[in-house]
Amino acid sequence: MSNFKMHMLVCGGTGCISAESELIVSNLQSELEAVGMGDQVQVLKTGCFGFCEKGPVVKVLPDNTFYVEVKPADAAELVKEHIVKGRKVERLLYMDPDKKERVADSKNMDFYKKQMRIALRNCGFIDPDKVEEYIARDGYHALGMAVTSMTPQEVINVIKESGLRGRGGGGFPTGLKWEFASKYDADQKYVVCNADEGDPGAFMDRSILEGDPHSIIEAMAICGYAIGASKGQVYIRAEYPLAIKRLEKGIQDAREAGLLGENIMGTDFSFDIELSFGAGAFVCGEETALIHSMEGERGEPTTKPPFPAESGYWGKPTNVNNVETLANIPIILLKGSAWFAGIGTEKSKGTKVFALAGKINNVGLIEVPMGTTLREVIYDIGGGIKNGKKFKAVQTGGPSGGCLTEKDLDTPIDFDNLIAKGSMMGSGGMIVMDEDDCMPAVAKFYLEFTEEESCGKCTPCRIGTKRLSELLEMVTEGKAEVKHLDEMKRLSRVIKDTALCGLGQTAPNPVLSTLDAFYDEYLAHVQDKKCPAGQCTHLMTYTIDPEACVGCTACRRVCPVEAITGEVKKPHVIDQDKCIKCGACYDKCKFNAISVN
Amino acid sequence: MAKIMSFDELKKIKDRVQSQVDLREKGENIESLVQVRVAMATCGIAAGAREVMNYIVEESAKAGLTNVVVTQTGCMGYCYAEPTIEVTVPGQEPVVYGNVSLEKAAEIIDKHIKNGVMVDGIIPATHKSIE
Repeated sequence: MSNFKMHMLVCGGTGCISAESELIVSNLQSELEAVGMGDQVQVLKTGCFGFCEKGPVVKVLPDNTFYVEVKPADAAELVKEHIVKGRKVERLLYMDPDKKERVADSKNMDFYKKQMRIALRNCGFIDPDKVEEYIARDGYHALGMAVTSMTPQEVINVIKESGLRGRGGGGFPTGLKWEFASKYDADQKYVVCNADEGDPGAFMDRSILEGDPHSIIEAMAICGYAIGASKGQVYIRAEYPLAIKRLEKGIQDAREAGLLGENIMGTDFSFDIELSFGAGAFVCGEETALIHSMEGERGEPTTKPPFPAESGYWGKPTNVNNVETLANIPIILLKGSAWFAGIGTEKSKGTKVFALAGKINNVGLIEVPMGTTLREVIYDIGGGIKNGKKFKAVQTGGPSGGCLTEKDLDTPIDFDNLIAKGSMMGSGGMIVMDEDDCMPAVAKFYLEFTEEESCGKCTPCRIGTKRLSELLEMVTEGKAEVKHLDEMKRLSRVIKDTALCGLGQTAPNPVLSTLDAFYDEYLAHVQDKKCPAGQCTHLMTYTIDPEACVGCTACRRVCPVEAITGEVKKPHVIDQDKCIKCGACYDKCKFNAISVN
Repeated sequence: MAKIMSFDELKKIKDRVQSQVDLREKGENIESLVQVRVAMATCGIAAGAREVMNYIVEESAKAGLTNVVVTQTGCMGYCYAEPTIEVTVPGQEPVVYGNVSLEKAAEIIDKHIKNGVMVDGIIPATHKSIE
């Protein structure tokens, strides 16, 4: 039995590591040694706690004390006060912004109250580098149960009955996908884990791989058993070095423990996993493009059918699942399909992980039951909008999704509701925008992203997104007319209808949804040549107030295009035709004489 | 780790390593467990609070009491009666024991924690835990 009376968990996700959490771990250890308690308190590096806004996070158990924004220098105080004397270090506890009180127990924090952690069940709880810790949490028991007492079809049936749908974006029923792959006979089949997470602002899959790599390894092996595959392949982007490191360590440990390899747990079932690295192309999240990339070909999609279930990796039957989908598999087998089907809405079961980003107070990683409303996510869990500003819109589904507004806030989040509202679930990025964000500029940002990420194979996507982003540029520069807005709508529909893969088919969503919800804002850009949010620099006018100007010539000297004229000690004037709206004069003026609107 | 040759072997390993995460799992649902809080201020430590805490952790584990969680807290204010411990059975008011020796701790585990029968040595609580 272990001698430890207390555990100190330190977040070891990419975000907290960049804030020196590894140094916190070693400082805590040396401080504990110094007071002679190194053998009584265990310091562990775990996966992400999700509360990235206030990282690095240190959690002390069993008394459940949650410390935020901990610095390496705080280690001494934490040990001397909390560990030695049992006094909580008040100044490092989370401050509830509404009640202005410190909250010690994370269960009492609004951020965690409405969450339900299934896919993230071990993130921030176990040391991801130790297979024993995963086993202690019933790890590999689902695999053991499947290979010793279930037929492959029985495994597929449990997943089908659970109602689990693909978390990568499409929402296709996972059990059905497995069944398709199981029906084809072949000398070799493959299980592929799609870890090519590429939405701007999304980090769900990375956090799962960093915090609980064994759950993915186990789930892939279960899938292998169910569809009759003996080889697994994880397609992961090379820009996730920590996730790769933890996954490689996990695979190696699993092999040594006989949980991967020949004759797993003494049965006839053999399975092993290798990694393939992607160079970070968004289109490779599409399963056919992903498979081509793994084969060393260009990352370009092909038409379906044939689906990968029939002809995938090297032409063999292949099942591709997203990381978060797989993270749900072991626990569904252990707790049963009825348990999972009891969570969520009628057609979307279980939970969904979201990466909260943008103008929201609690930036971080959250997991909520399907059916939770956007309002609950943004206001209760997310803590509302930063700096008390007004909520304007939320983009779900990344570049493939759409903008949802105030009127959609009470929509229960699930696959079908979001599509009905003109957006989509996507992989779970959620970017919140406030009154200062200009919607045509937001649409332009996403279109520039898809334009760049388009593989160029099909014309509607390659040229369509280019033209669409040019039109948006015209809008934000005040060069467009009303007819161009109609043109954008028409072009968007053509791209949606004719593009080859999901990337192109969903690329116009940000344009269509913002045109729909914020048509007035577009009109202001094209008719009045004004940007109501004050973001589009081309539509700004800098003017000098002759009353306030003392004629110091500072603005004249700083102007890079010599647009400002005036004599010393006399009011200066900006030539609007020459002005490039760089704002240098505005920053330079000490007399608040220059205004912008 | 040595190769796991059967599902039963995996289950055995789980039983062995369970204690590594036990403490954390207990912390997750601390409200449903018997909580023993040991006052661990300077006066408590000087009077032997750490030994008492270690003793309670080890003895309740030996007795197979999986529903007990031992935490430490700061000074409760009973410096005349250290070591002091506070026992909270779910759904009941906390009870504070003063002058807890190892023998007293054994008695508390045996009677109060196991069977819900309070023993001598209760001191009137003048404090209130805020969480």
